[in-house]
Amino acid sequence: MKAASSLSGAASALAQDKVALVSLAILLTLIAMALLAPWIAPQNPYDPAAIDVLDAELPPAWVAGSDMRFLLGTDTQGRDLLSTILYGLRASLTIGLGAVALQAMLGVLIGTFAGYFGGRLDAALMRLADVQLSFSTLMVAIVLLALLQGLFSTEWYHRYALVSLILVIGVAEWPQYARTVRASALAERKKEYIEAARVLGFGPLRIMFRHLLPNCLSPILVISTLQVANAIIAEAALSFLGLGMPITKPSLGALISSGFETLFSGAWWISALPGLALVLLILAVNLLGDWLRDTLNPRHYRG
Amino acid sequence: MQYGRFVGNALRGDLGTSYFFKEPALDVILEKLPATIELVLCASVLILGISVPCGMFAAVRPRHWLSRSAMGLSILGISVPVFLTGILLIYLFSVELNWLPSYGRGLTRPLLLGWETGLLTADGWLHLLLPSVTLASIMVPLFIRLIRAEMLEVLDTDFVRFAWAKGLRPGRIWWVHAFRNTLLPVITVGGVQLGTMVAYTILTETVFQWPGVGLLFLEAVTRADTPLITAYLLVVGVVFVVTNAAVDLLYGLVNPQVKLAQVGAA
Repeated sequence: MKAASSLSGAASALAQDKVALVSLAILLTLIAMALLAPWIAPQNPYDPAAIDVLDAELPPAWVAGSDMRFLLGTDTQGRDLLSTILYGLRASLTIGLGAVALQAMLGVLIGTFAGYFGGRLDAALMRLADVQLSFSTLMVAIVLLALLQGLFSTEWYHRYALVSLILVIGVAEWPQYARTVRASALAERKKEYIEAARVLGFGPLRIMFRHLLPNCLSPILVISTLQVANAIIAEAALSFLGLGMPITKPSLGALISSGFETLFSGAWWISALPGLALVLLILAVNLLGDWLRDTLNPRHYRG
Repeated sequence: MQYGRFVGNALRGDLGTSYFFKEPALDVILEKLPATIELVLCASVLILGISVPCGMFAAVRPRHWLSRSAMGLSILGISVPVFLTGILLIYLFSVELNWLPSYGRGLTRPLLLGWETGLLTADGWLHLLLPSVTLASIMVPLFIRLIRAEMLEVLDTDFVRFAWAKGLRPGRIWWVHAFRNTLLPVITVGGVQLGTMVAYTILTETVFQWPGVGLLFLEAVTRADTPLITAYLLVVGVVFVVTNAAVDLLYGLVNPQVKLAQVGAA
């Protein structure tokens, strides 16, 4: 298989790869479900009036003892599990995409500056990136969120959990982008079209963002998919530890965590079904990312 | 001023007193450290034991069905968060089959200097099995993919072709020529991944209620036990520095030309 060199080539290669096509279909379906959650969910899990605690821990429809009102059963608080999963998917995706958008913004900006100007600025920025990289993201996030929880009231924390998760995961991973963009920028800036733009008298900002950056896009795209998967996993892990989304507005990780307590009494579905949704989501993103890397990377491994 | 006093005390081994345990924070952590070390050690053995043969095989025979399924499984493995693996294993082996215990360390025996070990009792091993498999499950796919990719690259170099041309046995080429040169990047990534591993011990220990420092840290966080949190972070920092130094020393052992190799790679 020959590596496709451009994004348009990637689109036609996609039609030939069944695994990538199926992952894309699954991902789009999950995103659509998350976007449409307020309209397609049978119940609003954030509305305390719609919930009856007496309905708690009912099994899914195909298990004996179920209630036909709840297709996938109910969770520990009597919420319809299908609705909670849909809303949880929404929270997980919002945090994942939001955090990656923040990472990309910071990283691309820093990386482009470092790569274009080089010299001392480059050295200083890349040392900063090394420092940030030497802290494990999950570790930083755990410590920061723990601090936030300690400093502010529980109520405040619950209100801003979504924003703080995006900020913490977003800030911790910017070097991934900065390094990738810098590497491409270093290679690109020696080429003639940059020289030509400079001769034409364009300012450095215009050259960086109108000429240099568009030619560094494909590696950005490749790491973006992997970063989204990582951000979603990180969010789920933090919520599982009780440092992320509160149980009143659960993400998939928080749902799994709440179901873990009832696992021993036999209510497996509260953990298992959101877990399945989470794995499906991450797997689809990872498979797409793998395929994208193989397709866009000129150093393609045959295998 | 306050910070100066803290550093001064820390240098004398005094990291403050835990609010909850009413004991010196460092003592509380050192008491729990053996459990975590045993868990990480056991997981590391599993990681190396599984990923090295699998990764090498996948590189040497890329089109074999075993390699393909190993690569397929590895992407699934990366996509399952570590706490979910733990929950799955608990449900399967503890709740449904009732074969293995789901929490704690089981019976421990004193070893040396207050080191309570679970490695001397059968019960301890049974308790160790699920947590270490869980902790390993997240790293194994990563290392399989890394070893495969690096090995493929090395197998494509001139000196390996030359070794084939000399008529050396395949086993010698794979293990001595190719694998040794695969090791350098693998060790580097291993050192970097250590930080992630620490975060994963927190998750694994939480799922299995493993009485190590990770669980202790999370409990300290929920109890806002500041001295204990500080002490934990400091101990983790020290562990980082020590392992990174060890990684640098390992370089020299694996490749005597380590300085040349680094210039060549840059």
